[in-house]
Amino acid sequence: MKPLPDVGNLGLKRRAGMFRWARAWGPNGWTRRRLGVVTGVIVVGIWVLGAVAAPFAPYGADEQRLLEAFQPPSVRHPFGTDDLGRDVLTRVLFGGRYTLSLALVVVLLTGLFGMTIGVIAGYFGGWVDEVLMRATEVVMAFPAIILAMAIVVALGPGLINAGLAMALVWWPPYARLARGETLVVRRLEYVEAAVALGQRPWGILWHAITPNILSTLIVLATIDLGAAVVTAAGLSFLGLGATPPTPEWGAMVSAGREILAQWWVASFPGLAIFMTVLGFNFIGDGIRDLRDPHRRGQG
Amino acid sequence: MAVFLFRRILVSIPTLIGISLITFLVSHLLPADLVLVNLGDRATRNPELVSAFRARWGLDQPLLVQYLVYVENLARGNLGTSIATNRPVLTELALSLPMTIELATLATLIALVLGIALGVVAAVRRDTLVDAAARAVSLVGVAVPTFWFAILLVTLVYFRLGWAPPPGRLTAGVVPPAPITGMYLVDSALRGQWTVWRDTLAHLMLPVLVLATVGVGYVTRITRASMLEVLHQDYVRTARAKGVAPFAVVIRHALRNALIPVITVGGTLYAQLMSGTVMTETIFSLPGLGRYAFSSAASLDFPAVMGVALIVGILYVAINLIVDILYVWINPRIQYE
Repeated sequence: MKPLPDVGNLGLKRRAGMFRWARAWGPNGWTRRRLGVVTGVIVVGIWVLGAVAAPFAPYGADEQRLLEAFQPPSVRHPFGTDDLGRDVLTRVLFGGRYTLSLALVVVLLTGLFGMTIGVIAGYFGGWVDEVLMRATEVVMAFPAIILAMAIVVALGPGLINAGLAMALVWWPPYARLARGETLVVRRLEYVEAAVALGQRPWGILWHAITPNILSTLIVLATIDLGAAVVTAAGLSFLGLGATPPTPEWGAMVSAGREILAQWWVASFPGLAIFMTVLGFNFIGDGIRDLRDPHRRGQG
Repeated sequence: MAVFLFRRILVSIPTLIGISLITFLVSHLLPADLVLVNLGDRATRNPELVSAFRARWGLDQPLLVQYLVYVENLARGNLGTSIATNRPVLTELALSLPMTIELATLATLIALVLGIALGVVAAVRRDTLVDAAARAVSLVGVAVPTFWFAILLVTLVYFRLGWAPPPGRLTAGVVPPAPITGMYLVDSALRGQWTVWRDTLAHLMLPVLVLATVGVGYVTRITRASMLEVLHQDYVRTARAKGVAPFAVVIRHALRNALIPVITVGGTLYAQLMSGTVMTETIFSLPGLGRYAFSSAASLDFPAVMGVALIVGILYVAINLIVDILYVWINPRIQYE
């Protein structure tokens, strides 16, 4: 028998190659999905690195050179200078230290607090659940910004007080999510096994339930970091958080508001906020899609 | 349905009491000197003035008595008197609330219309350039800080291009319409003052654009996700198979069923805007609820702060109720006991 020409095989090989390419880069491809996370990490990373490296900038955050005031972006001052001749780029880099760390601390602490409330409510159920969830609802219905303003006015403006005000209203979404997840997990066999083995409730909460709901909460926290950055900067913008001359991003945008002709003073710190929030969104969406293939590409 | 509505309103009362209690406790337990903030340095050194001030605002009573007096007044529809202006809080709210309702309503409507359109097109033309553009728009909308976007718009559209009027509610010299609802757009239309109407609209253009952009982001996102889920359902395939026009399939069969989560997001958005316009109002010099809340908080005018918190809470509850009613209208299979 005449052997078949090898063409078909060749075609198959080519198609296999295309298939692999599509799996990586196609609409639901792995690489493309991870690309979102990678982009996000890079974008956020730039500002984190910038914040860390800020002291090495050629200018100081508060270094005033009045003769160089109001300079538009140039090679010497890539982001221009403000009304006191301070280098805007240097100040934006320093600003990351305040805005990013405040957002991180608030999300971390309220995430843990909310998770604890949610897990307890979900696991014990009954009146415990009822009381905790009603309280959560009240806080959610509460106009957060008004509470924050009252707290900051009473305690005095400052980053710590702004963080405190945020923390008071930030935890309910975590409590709700943790409760929902706990309700699912607590019916699973390994929890039943732990109960059957006579483990105490706190041990079950800590060893059997928390580790299994943690990843969902981390996804929420990642996306939430963006919202926390905007809120932290927003409070400073209103004069309730960091106060001048602290180079906090929101406070810098606020200072630039009065000088519309020098657009760069307000624009660049705002751009920093915008980029970090975008970055956190990319990371959060990417992780969620990787974890949950059903929802892929639907976010 | 009537029973359901009644029960829902009944259930919301504890929430509102909770809100009033929190605001009350926050404003009274905070380590701030109400007397000092409101009377100033010199008057605080005069003990007669201080005790008169404390007696006038009931600060010499025990905390519980103060709260009970507040609730008793509340039950009579009396929100108290503002310390800063000595006018009833209700009157002040009636002046500032319509502005915010006007802003929030316009922004939510635009966000819903644009967001649903974008989300539907993105889902139908999935993984095309249109889809990518819609996703980019929604990402930008979700991520952009409103106060920064507002300043950029003012700089560009008003300051550089001169296409928008300067911040404010009306051009100086234009007489506001005699109040009916307090919303200038509605009042000027009702009274047929079309120059005033156009002026109001021109001033609302940019702030509404700012608030709508954020909304468009969320609505596009959720519409796209929800549509993608529905487009795979059997009834959509059946509709296509029996030859229903593609447009009708998308709108009548798919969109209607995809609308529930969209309405939820729309409601949340609307409710959040009621207390979330502080920055936009500040930048565009609009005398709305946000600015009123801000100035009241700044002077620790606690009857006013509590009034604002309560009004926002009531609006939140009311909007959630409307959303629940809309569910039934969109999907008659949903029934409330």
